[in-house]
Amino acid sequence: MPNTPDYHWPPMDKRRVMGKRLERLDGIAKSTGAAKYNSDLKPDGMLFGALLTSPHAHAKVTSIDTSAAEKLAGVTAVRAVVKAGDELQWAGQEMAFVAATTEDIANDAIRLIRVNYEVMPHLVNEEDLSKAGNRARPSGEQATGDIDKAFQEADATSEGSYGIPVLTHCCLEPHGQTIAIKGDHAEYFPSTQNVYGIASDIGRALNIPIANVHVHMDYMGGGFGSKFPADKWGLESAELSKASGGRPVKLFLDRATELSIAGNRPSVFAKVKTAAKKDGTITAWQSETWSTGGIGGGNLNAALFPYVFTQVPNRRINHTAVSVNAGAARAWRAPSHPQVCFITCSALEDLAAKINMDPLDMFLKNINYTSRADLYKFQFAKAAELMEWKKNWHPRGDSASGPVKRGLGLALGTWGGAGHASTCKTTIHPDASVEVELATQDLGTGTRTMVAMIAAETFGLPVSAIKVKLGDNAYPNSGGSGGSTTIGGVTSSTRKSSVNALAKLFEVVAKSLDVSADDLEAVDQRIRVKGNPDKGMSFTQACQKLGVNSISEMGANEPAKAPQEGLNTGGVGGVQMADVSVDIETGIVKMNRLVAVQDCGLVVNPKTAESQVYGACIMSICGALYEERIMDEQTGRVLNPDMEFYKLAGIGDIGEIIVHMDIREENDKRGVVGLGEPCAIGGIAAIANAVANAIGVRAPRVPLTPARILAALERRTA
Amino acid sequence: MSQKQEPEKRKPKSNFSRRGFLQGVGVTSGVLTTGVLESEAEAQTSAKVAGPGEVPITLQINGKPYKTSVEPRATLLDTLRHRLDLTAAKRVCDRGTCGACTVIIDGKVMYSCTVLAIDAQGRQIQTLEGLSQNGKPHAVSRAFVANDAQQCGYCTPGFVMAAKGFLDKNPNPTYEEVKTGLGGNLCRCGTYMGVRKAVLDAAKEMKGTKNA
Repeated sequence: MPNTPDYHWPPMDKRRVMGKRLERLDGIAKSTGAAKYNSDLKPDGMLFGALLTSPHAHAKVTSIDTSAAEKLAGVTAVRAVVKAGDELQWAGQEMAFVAATTEDIANDAIRLIRVNYEVMPHLVNEEDLSKAGNRARPSGEQATGDIDKAFQEADATSEGSYGIPVLTHCCLEPHGQTIAIKGDHAEYFPSTQNVYGIASDIGRALNIPIANVHVHMDYMGGGFGSKFPADKWGLESAELSKASGGRPVKLFLDRATELSIAGNRPSVFAKVKTAAKKDGTITAWQSETWSTGGIGGGNLNAALFPYVFTQVPNRRINHTAVSVNAGAARAWRAPSHPQVCFITCSALEDLAAKINMDPLDMFLKNINYTSRADLYKFQFAKAAELMEWKKNWHPRGDSASGPVKRGLGLALGTWGGAGHASTCKTTIHPDASVEVELATQDLGTGTRTMVAMIAAETFGLPVSAIKVKLGDNAYPNSGGSGGSTTIGGVTSSTRKSSVNALAKLFEVVAKSLDVSADDLEAVDQRIRVKGNPDKGMSFTQACQKLGVNSISEMGANEPAKAPQEGLNTGGVGGVQMADVSVDIETGIVKMNRLVAVQDCGLVVNPKTAESQVYGACIMSICGALYEERIMDEQTGRVLNPDMEFYKLAGIGDIGEIIVHMDIREENDKRGVVGLGEPCAIGGIAAIANAVANAIGVRAPRVPLTPARILAALERRTA
Repeated sequence: MSQKQEPEKRKPKSNFSRRGFLQGVGVTSGVLTTGVLESEAEAQTSAKVAGPGEVPITLQINGKPYKTSVEPRATLLDTLRHRLDLTAAKRVCDRGTCGACTVIIDGKVMYSCTVLAIDAQGRQIQTLEGLSQNGKPHAVSRAFVANDAQQCGYCTPGFVMAAKGFLDKNPNPTYEEVKTGLGGNLCRCGTYMGVRKAVLDAAKEMKGTKNA
């Protein structure tokens, strides 16, 4: 192409599809049960897989005997993945896999495997750092300014301890796959956030060409950061299939295993000291934190302290990673941010209370310590209006009579979310049907719908005219879905491939209209001459001119070039405010309202965008009030690997949620930015602060269960 | 292969049974020897014993008979999914907490993971697959789409069935009633705000549409 086509997004007032509140395209398939998830598949000859996991948090295998399992009728393959002498490092660690004709037989076979152990000492809880011994690994101090002087000169200082536990992803569709290995070919149907990249895990492990690994996934039931690799259960299911003559093997984890080993979010415990002037200016931040991400320790980015207010002049930050005998952490919606936000915003709210200042005023007073002062000012003003903050806020401790105390709290968040590398192919057929192909995946965020909207906007067609093909690694690589990078990547590559394809169509139409291709535009299902809308033809007529040849064009989002092109960027802000009622006799916290004001640049579809923010608010309510992985000190196992005691909020537990998407021209012109992570950050902190504001004392450890509320109140009166 | 036992010849490894358990505790625990439990134990003694091994069953699902064979321990959920390819109901918690497997049995909303397939014989089972009429999605399904009451969609089939069953009994619910009426289903993506609106919208839509 001689000239670079104009890929820019149409101006806000010229968009016909983008920015509209459209229903998600796969909505009916999901709500009628027609949608087939890979956990729903049952290809011909399919076998069921099952796995045996370690009952001990730390042990040495002294023997493993699979012979009885192998003899059971209906069993087609048994694979031990540990041998005598191997050390097991967490309860739930995979030890053996079985394939059988029915799931019941597979589970029976698992029960026939005999393992003997030499049980070894374990550490599963990190909250008491003094018990961690050599499992604690300090990462060295980061210091800026003169913190000791700052504390000496401060008008006020505040000290507090805070804690946020390990959470598990609790994806409703468990991790797993259906897979068949036939010769050097694989048909692989995983539940994954990584349709394209995951093929290499299977190829490498089974020593078959990656090109022969076909991955397909139409729908997936939640990932939240935990579903990128093929995992042991994927690789071993492949081996089971291979050992069973190539029959497909389905293995999806049961709930207990899912919650024990399929990923979790690191905890953080903290001792924080802060200082401020009388006018609310924050002068010092000092934090000592520790956390665990499982056996590997780590997985927390302590450099994020003090969260968002990163330019507080005097800072001292120490962090210690603790290795425990528990399943490894994985990325969890905005890795590190919700925890660091909770610690920071809790400590700053305590500091505001110390100087009898409204935390909203204090946050605004220090807003220049953030890198998005104007954005946060606007968002706090909007949230305060929606929450009626100035009317409803009171100094710490609700003085109203009666046992039910009401309080407000706030927090803020930030995230990157620039588009990842993505390639896309758009094809225009002579019958005017349009296909868009890219190997991305729709996690329920609406990716399929967004891709169709971008193509429809570009071609001047209704969304229903676009056929989106994704969820298959036969299409061009569009990357994994993590870090809120998908929307920027896929919208940009779709825009570019569609503009490129349209340019080819314009060349054909230009000849027949005897105009320059540059003079043409695609609007309202017509290709017409700019400024002379009557001169042109329908999109269908234009495509008929292609004869028998389709037009296929590629488009790519290249992160290094994206900032210049302006289709997507990174860097967003959002604020949340919570309104809670706490019964100080029972300790029960009730959500009244949660307000979220969220920017994500150009919003492609406000309806689905709001849904993501609602969802993130609800996830935050779960984290603030209900969710916690509890490890048993004695057995070293997860005590609550189920959904009765690993608690999620229900439909009646969430109060009212008010979402305001910060759609303004100045945000829009930054291009598309990811949304999934940023809205999942501030809620826990806002709720915890609202509880402190209500009951007059900090309940330092989330989730804020009745027992913890009552314990905090007891300390206040002690 | 020939040295292996055939599935139908396998014997239970343990003699432990619910009946034995009840008889055992009956000796030592006064609390549990109540009339109800005793009569249940009595009934079980005289009941026809099914299995071990697969037994043929017929299930009445969405108005049609389905014949298959299952082990007596198979849940209705696993039977729907593994034997009959009716996969709208999802297996999530598999122990009666989350509601992803919700179906309607004899007009009652139930978790299919807590019903044995052999016990579901002779009862009218309705699954989400049977809700659409002549290819037209049910009002509840449509309302879930219109209100974007779904993200990953894995909890959605259970929610739709719970909402249908709830609206059958409460055709004109208040917002507050929806919040308690749908309390038996859990969602991880956080779609509850949309679900609340969807159920109220569906209630409006279903009034007057007899077949809905």
